[in-house]
Order: sequence, then structure tokens, then C-alpha cells
Amino acid sequence: MKIHEYQAKALLSQYGVVVPKHVPAFTADEAKAAAAKLIAETGTEVVVVKSQIHAGGRGKGRFKEDAELGGVKVVKGADAAGAMAGRMLGNTLVTIQTGEAGKKVNRVLVEQGVDIDRELYVGALVDRARERVCVMACAEGGVEIEEVAARSPEKILKEWIDPATGFCGYQARRLAHGLGLEGNAFKNATRLLLSLGKAFVELDCSICEINPLVVTKSGDVMALDAKINLDDNAEDRHKATWSELHDASEEEPTELEAKSYNLSYVKLDGTIGCMVNGAGLAMATMDIIKQFGGEPANFLDVGGSADAKRVAAAFKIILADDAVKGIFVNIFGGIVFCDRVAQGVVDAAKEVGITVPLVVRLEGTNVEAGRKILAESGLTITTASDMADGAKKIVELAAKA
Amino acid sequence: MSILANNDTKVLVQGTGRAGQFHAKQCIEYGTQIVAGVAPGKGGQDFVGKPTYDTVREAVEHTGANCSVIFVPAGGAADAILESIDAEIPLIITITEGIPALDMIPVKRALEGSSSRLIGPNCPGVITPGGGDRSFGGCKIGIMPGYIHKQGGIGVISRSGTLTYEAVHQLTQLGIGQSTCVGIGGDAVPGTKFVDLLALYAADPDTKGVVMIGEIGGSAEEEAAEFIKHNMKGKPVVGFIAGKTAPKGKRMGHAGAIIAGGKGTAADKIEALEAAGVKMAPNPNEIGKTMAGLL
Repeated sequence: MKIHEYQAKALLSQYGVVVPKHVPAFTADEAKAAAAKLIAETGTEVVVVKSQIHAGGRGKGRFKEDAELGGVKVVKGADAAGAMAGRMLGNTLVTIQTGEAGKKVNRVLVEQGVDIDRELYVGALVDRARERVCVMACAEGGVEIEEVAARSPEKILKEWIDPATGFCGYQARRLAHGLGLEGNAFKNATRLLLSLGKAFVELDCSICEINPLVVTKSGDVMALDAKINLDDNAEDRHKATWSELHDASEEEPTELEAKSYNLSYVKLDGTIGCMVNGAGLAMATMDIIKQFGGEPANFLDVGGSADAKRVAAAFKIILADDAVKGIFVNIFGGIVFCDRVAQGVVDAAKEVGITVPLVVRLEGTNVEAGRKILAESGLTITTASDMADGAKKIVELAAKA
Repeated sequence: MSILANNDTKVLVQGTGRAGQFHAKQCIEYGTQIVAGVAPGKGGQDFVGKPTYDTVREAVEHTGANCSVIFVPAGGAADAILESIDAEIPLIITITEGIPALDMIPVKRALEGSSSRLIGPNCPGVITPGGGDRSFGGCKIGIMPGYIHKQGGIGVISRSGTLTYEAVHQLTQLGIGQSTCVGIGGDAVPGTKFVDLLALYAADPDTKGVVMIGEIGGSAEEEAAEFIKHNMKGKPVVGFIAGKTAPKGKRMGHAGAIIAGGKGTAADKIEALEAAGVKMAPNPNEIGKTMAGLL
């Protein structure tokens, strides 16, 4: 699960990470009041207005409705902050990570301006090759870290957390030293890195990045930006806090609905809907559709049971996408019997009322009985002998539809 | 004639609920020696005709179990694995889906220097097909349909469940049997990776070739490619990678199937495997056919 910058900052500050003073705002008036409050507290007129969306690259991003405007702006005074928020809120920000469609800005963060001396990068993630949490630091902050990793990987310093000892002081000091920090900045950065390591593990993060981490002229070390992704598998033990952090407006409505049925669904840009059991087979089905000249409209793993209720829910979700010109159902019945899946498909197709061509490929246990149910259903269902046959047929039918 | 599991494998089941019972029965029917169930507080009760014990140690003491298959729900699954490691069970197979990554990291630490090997989590399990009708009489430890298999000489390793069944089905239809099929699971931090199993297949005189099914995310396939380049001489390897059309940054069902920071794309994996001499199936419908062409 992704969360907003201001939420990540709030979580990190609970662990002792220093962040600039900030207030989230949902309207221009709220932003103006927030800025006035910050100006009164800090004694400086400079504030930053930052669009809050679940995507990076906001500063360099541009609004669809206002091509001159980036997603992060420095302004002077409360009136200017309110006006700037007004230009951002309700409009759609396109960044390198959002795709062409962009994301609508529903909230902004108003933040105190900071006197920056150096911009650094620190972050942590689950290193899949080493199977440890890896804490990283880089003296080049404020730029895309993937770019640095590609260009000069040696500039990214890494320490791995041994779960038996936790993240150790000497490891944090080694990173801070590697960043070339001295005096108070060294001490503050060491403390911040230890906080980051602790927060990562306790909050069940999958990624936590502070980019840039800034060193101020007075030696303070602050998280100017913060990004946290949480491990969906850990949701059960954080239910109450995570449900508050969840921003449904950032997600595809169909993906949300699919989640409520425990279906694994990802919307794509093509025209051929897919319903498959198993994640690997579902990806392979998308690939084979593409190979035969079609474009998949979605990834959908209907799961092991694939009963009529789940199949019906899956059909509804696939058909909610207007771009869908045909549906390919690809089921390998293992423990689940094909005749039961076939009955599920027939019942669901009748209930939902499918208006686009439907190709069904069934294989596995009781496959003959399953095909018979499809053939005698009275529905217009094209059956396929294998995956390739099914993919070919649905691509042809969808092209005619 | 196999790796990991055979007719001498004695299996205990951790998690004796509905799923544990259903699949234990299917395993017994196939020929697997299921010897016990383990469920805290349910010691002494019947589990599909076998005794239930409160702890893994107790079950091992009484039955000589040398394998554990875990159906415990995600929240308690890491603890169940640790209990089996503590009881020095040589083979631990975890079917459970949805275990947090940060629960698996300490588990991996506990496995270091232990006498246990972990397969999974989030996997269909391990099967060594038997010589009977529809491959019965073998050893099935997991949730895969047994009858689609056929005893023979091809090892199958995969991060996916149904896609493995698809590959196995294709092989069987072409008359090509399997030595042992292993689902290593779709998680980001799996117990065993491709390389570990490739080493076992390389050393198994009865495995004549290997089908390896990977997917987007992580670098396990690239690591496998490096191993194959030097260590699989005389044993052809057929590969398939799912997720060529998957978008970046989106989790495709499996926790581990995500292209993160531009890394872990199907194209990178295919390139690495081809460079290592792996014959890639042109599409998921031709995995069996591709292997047939090499035998």
C-alpha cells in the first residue's frame, strides 16, 4: 500500500526523524491558514506548497490544466500559499511515474521553507537477493536514485540489517561517515538512520525513502521528502492505523472493488479482458494474448475456488471497463473441478449478461463434463482447446466486435 | 529417481483445519505417508486417521516424521516454520500465502546453519510422481492435482502454481514424465530459490532435464542463469518467464511479482537465461513441446 508524503513524515517523526513543520490542507482556505500558522511559528515568509499524490517526480511534473505549473512550488506569504494551493487542488498532475493520465490532486502539504546546505539520499528496502533489509545512503540527493544506481552504483552506500542484532550503531555511523558528514550533522544523521531502520521494521514497510534528506546551514538533518510503501501482507497486524492511512481516491475504483471480493485485479490499457486462476497463469495469459496481436485489458486472478459468486464478481469487474471488447476465461482445474468452474461461468454469465464475445478454455479435472456444460448452456460461448487456441480466437472475435 | 521427496518421506501436517485435512486426504490417496497432524491444544484428536500432537517435537518423537507441510494461516505461519526448524525437520514445505516479508527475513536467518530446507511459502508444494495409474503411488506433499503427472526424468521448478500444472500437463500429454516437481512460491523472500534446486537436479542421476518457470520481479532467474551456464552440462533446461506484458510498479497477484525501480523485467530475465544456454519456450502453450524438441 502506498501512502502520502505527509503521512510518511508523520510516521517517521514518531520514530524521531526530524521533518520540517508542515500541515496538510484539502482546500485553498485551509492552505492559507496553514501557511499563516507556519509563518507565525517560524518567523519566515517562505513556505512550500506540495501536491500530495501517490507518485514521485512531482516537482518536475506538470499539470494538465496549467502546463506552466509544477507539483511543488515555493511561495512567499500566506495569501500566495492559498492561491498556489487553489491552482493545484482539483487539477491533474502528470509526472514521470503517473503515466499520461496523471493523478488528480485532492490534498496539498504546506511546509516551512528550509535553508538547505546539502541534499542527500537515505532509504531502506527489502533486498531480495540478500534476503535482508538494506539501508542505503547516497551523497547525491534530490535526484532519481535509480539514475544514480545505473550511472555510478558505487556512490550508493549499503548496510544490511541482521535480524538477530537489528540495525547497529556502527552501521549507521559508517553510512553517515560515508556521506562526508561531520560534527552535529554527523550525529544527527546517525540518529536519523537508526530511526529509519527501526521504523522500517516496526511499520512493515517494503520501501522507505527520504529524498532529499537535507543538511541545513546550522547542521540540522531533516527529511524534506518522504516516501513509504507498506507490505500488503502485513495489513492484518496494522488494521486500525492502515485503514486511516488508506486513500481510496488514489486507486482504480475497479481495483478497489476487486479487492473487496478478494480478487487480484490490475487494470491495463488493452481491450481483451482476462479471467484466470493463478497469478503466474494469469500473467502468461496476458502475454499470449499480446503474442497473438491483442492487448490485455487486465490482470485477474480469480483464485483457487473459482465458484459462481467469484466468477460473477470477476465478470462484473472486467465489464466495468468500457474498453473491453472480449473476454478470455482460462482455467486450469486442479483441485477445483472443471465442471464446477463451467457451471460457475454459465451461472455468472447469465446473471451478469455478457455482451461481448466470450472464449473459455478449460483444462484439468472433469474437463469433458465441463465442456458439455458450456456447450449445452444456450449461451454464445466459444470453447478453446488450449491457451494458444483461446488467445487466437478471442483476438479475432474482439477485432470483429 | 527424485529430489527432496520419495516413498520413504514421512510427513506431518502443521495446521489441521479444513485445508490441511482436505489436502492431507488427497496426499494419502496419492501414496504419501502422512504420519501426523500438529495443532497446539488439539493433541490426542484424530487427524484424517492419524494422531494429532500439540508440538512438532512431540510428533517427530512419536512418528519419525522427516518432513512438515504447513497450512497455518499467514499470521502464525512464520512461527510454525521456526518450530519445525527447531525440531530439525529436514524438509519444510509451506503452502500458506500472505506471510509478511519481514516475518520471512528472521526465518531465513534461522535456516542458516540449520538442518532444514524450506520450500515456499505461497507455493503448491513438492511432488515426485509414482509409477501407478495416473502417477499414483508417488509422494505428493502439497495442493497440486496428482493425476496430471507422470513418472519420468524431467525436473520442474516454478514460482507459480497453475502455470506449473499447465507445464506438467503439457509434458505428460507428450509422454514426458517428471522426476520431481517443485513449486518455490511467488513471494519476495522464498525459502529456496532456483539455484538451490538446480544443484539438486544436476546431482540427481535420474533427472535428465529441467523446466524452469519464472516470472517478473527479483533476480532469482538471473542467479539461476549464472548457475546453469557452468553446472547443467548434459541436462537441457527449458525456460519460461511470465509477465512480459506486466506494467512496472504493480504487484501482479504474487507478492514477489513486481517490477521495482525498473528491475526484474521479463526481458532481462529472458536475455540472461538465453545467454546461459536455456531454451526459452516461445509461449506458455509450448513449454512441453520445447522440452520434447531437446530430448
